[in-house]
Amino acid sequence: MSFDWKSYTPVIIPDIPNLHEIDVYTNNGGYESLKKVLSNDWDPEKVINEVKAANIRGRGGAGFNAGLKWSFMPKPDGGPRYLACNGDESEPGTFKDRKIFEYNPHLFIEGALIAAYAMQCSAIYVYIRGEYYSWIKMMEKALKDAYDKGFIGKNILGSGFDVEFHVTGGAGAYICGEETSMLESLEGKRGYPRVKPPFPAQKGLWGRPTTINNIETLSCVPLVIKNGADWFTGIGAETHPGPVLYGISGHVNRPGVYELPTGMPILTLIEEVAGGMRNGKKLKGIIPGGSSTPILRGDALEGVNMDADSLREAGSMMGTAGMIVMDEDTDMVEMLWRISHFYHHESCGQCTPCREGTGWLEKILLKIRNGDGEIRDLELLIDLCSQMEGRTICALADAAAWPVRYTIDRFRDEFEARCKKSTYALA
Amino acid sequence: MANNYEFTPEDLKEIETIKAKFPEVMPATLPTLWVAQRRFGHVEPEVQHLVAETLGLPVSHVHGVATFYTQYYKEKMGKYVLDVCTTTSCQLCGGYDMLHYLENKLGIKAGETTKDGMFSIQSVECLGACGYAPMMQITNDVYVNNLTEEKLDEVIESLKADKMPEFESVGMPQHTERS
Repeated sequence: MSFDWKSYTPVIIPDIPNLHEIDVYTNNGGYESLKKVLSNDWDPEKVINEVKAANIRGRGGAGFNAGLKWSFMPKPDGGPRYLACNGDESEPGTFKDRKIFEYNPHLFIEGALIAAYAMQCSAIYVYIRGEYYSWIKMMEKALKDAYDKGFIGKNILGSGFDVEFHVTGGAGAYICGEETSMLESLEGKRGYPRVKPPFPAQKGLWGRPTTINNIETLSCVPLVIKNGADWFTGIGAETHPGPVLYGISGHVNRPGVYELPTGMPILTLIEEVAGGMRNGKKLKGIIPGGSSTPILRGDALEGVNMDADSLREAGSMMGTAGMIVMDEDTDMVEMLWRISHFYHHESCGQCTPCREGTGWLEKILLKIRNGDGEIRDLELLIDLCSQMEGRTICALADAAAWPVRYTIDRFRDEFEARCKKSTYALA
Repeated sequence: MANNYEFTPEDLKEIETIKAKFPEVMPATLPTLWVAQRRFGHVEPEVQHLVAETLGLPVSHVHGVATFYTQYYKEKMGKYVLDVCTTTSCQLCGGYDMLHYLENKLGIKAGETTKDGMFSIQSVECLGACGYAPMMQITNDVYVNNLTEEKLDEVIESLKADKMPEFESVGMPQHTERS
């Protein structure tokens, strides 16, 4: 795909000064989508169908069709129903949702309000990681302004639709980005992920039907309502459409968040968008969508695009589109040990394979890093991964295992070179 | 149990506002611990008791929550806590160099507090500022991005004079590229 990235005009974070102020937002067509759905001819089902047709695949990592997720909510029974917005953003390499809080908070608020209308929710909570104290304050201000203008609260814009909207913060726990852990944390508890089923749509916050969506996902919603599902599906990759916030970090000249269509060639993102490799170094590898997504070798990126299909074919995943770029000087053993340290630190401790497994992954990698490893330790690591994957309540164990499995697989020579020659026969 | 800690009337008002957001009291646990930590600088067991008492929740629950989340300080910390990120992107871009520079400069190791009680240093997990690595956060508040040794010198001097660095907005490079 040859794509002139400079000709793309951002829509999630457009280049409009002071767009975070509510008056600037409304002067630029803000809250028109909300008005549109609250007018008589858009019933909740029509909104869900439009969003479903747009195929907004969840931007928090799972990539599930947002409209389809909404349709799993049971029929209203008169009791409370919730929308929980996931602004935990804790997967290493991911730093995009805070850009929305800072630059275009009302787009997200509008999207959440439309979602709440479509699912007939009575309250919305946005959960933001505790470290984002500055951004929590920004959201509190934006929500207050939206309340004052009558976009939130009772009888919104005279439509008879009522919804409350609150911001609440975490306090430092990666696991709270997992949706059911986030619900536990919102309920004021330790962030232990819940066993599913029941899924949150059946039993979520306080046992009531709840849907959880990522901030960027919800921010796409007003754009879909305004421009239509066809407009959205016409952007980027066919099976994974729309604009997306790419967070590019690591050894590039111009790291940062860039809004571009999905399906961007990875090499274009690195060489052109992010200004190329720092100090003219060679590209060694990338982690495409947050630290849990399998690493890809720099020499295997020709023709690989940032969308679910292309990345699956290449042996990885889109995740959060938070791409970590590594140059030729990167020590893969050191890099992988640090990732394993992260997952060990963040395991909530509920399930044995994860609590113990993440610790063993880190210990063995530390041994290899310190020059005391043996080649059979590599087999032990892979075996450990197999004992962890799919054997726990949530996906943290998988997130910890994948980097180990694929980094060793794809940079095996480097790991072997760090190991002592084994005195045992290889299996 | 007599408690050395007490919320101010403003704190109690804030806690009421927090409680009003939720259909139950328990969800106020995390935000109330925050109110307490911002007031007292930590949430030692005695502060956990105060939070439990104020909310009418079991102390065991508040203790369980306080110990699950890393941002709550379970013991007294320095006046300024320097949380240096060393997770992947920061690791790749010199996060550990920044950490070690600070350790040498202040004469303490990560996890320790200076004798005068001014500074604590921690090596922390990803803070979600990967594009602006290496970086650190000061006492759960301001992010300081794109650290260098010179920038750290400046920040430490400014903190010694009790001046927190200002919030630093990092723009979208795409916008500047296009214009």
